[in-house]
Amino acid sequence: MNFETDKPVKITIFSMPIQLQIVRAALEKMCQMIGFDDDTTGGIILSVDEALTNIIRHAYDGSDDKLIEVELAQLSENDGGLKICLRDYGKYVDRSKIKPRDLADVRPGGLGVHIMKEYMDSLDYQPGDGGGTLLTMTKKLQKQEAGSDQ
Amino acid sequence: MNYDSQSIKAVRWVEKSAVVDVQGDIDLHRSSEFQAALLKLLDKKPTKLVINLAGVAYMDSSGVASLVKLLSRARKMGLPLSLVGLVDRVRSVFEITRLDSVFSIFDTEEEALA
Repeated sequence: MNFETDKPVKITIFSMPIQLQIVRAALEKMCQMIGFDDDTTGGIILSVDEALTNIIRHAYDGSDDKLIEVELAQLSENDGGLKICLRDYGKYVDRSKIKPRDLADVRPGGLGVHIMKEYMDSLDYQPGDGGGTLLTMTKKLQKQEAGSDQ
Repeated sequence: MNYDSQSIKAVRWVEKSAVVDVQGDIDLHRSSEFQAALLKLLDKKPTKLVINLAGVAYMDSSGVASLVKLLSRARKMGLPLSLVGLVDRVRSVFEITRLDSVFSIFDTEEEALA
């Protein structure tokens, strides 16, 4: 199933870990509607979840009463795809300079950046107007996915 | 029995081996209590520990980190730890982080307990 819309889906959540599942559910449906296969959908959901986790942990230092704005938009150029924008109003950290850790070093933590870079086509961190960060992530639809009718 | 974690559905004992049935999403909301409950289980001194993840549809890196912490502690105790029943999306998290080569992962409990 494909859908045509130039209107993004917008969700605002508090920086509460329990609310992350709401974003995951919306992403699942959005990816299905665009035509991503199940593996790619899983990777997109995980990547966005990791980004939101980083916002809660690092931009908001674990506070659960701050706002995070999530925008999901269909990419129209080429074969299409998905653009995800995450806006927070916490501390700005240039996360593009954070390198994923060496996976040979087996220890808890530090895997989120690696996961996002592996699954997504692009990650762009920009300081937000008035503070915080705007993270834009994209994932293009591959041709075989674009041609499938789910 | 109270396992101090909504993520742990049951702990079954097969002789002296403990099989832990995990349920629900293991994400930032659940991973801390999940980790604490698993580490507490080590106090019961099982001879083998099998974590059954068949009831887990989603796991993020904080959930994986909980299991890495458990593995580290288990290795120090000389305790074999295995994972079974991973659905595709959970298995993918271990593959993308290359932890599938660090953990002993089996399809069935029988294989893990053998």
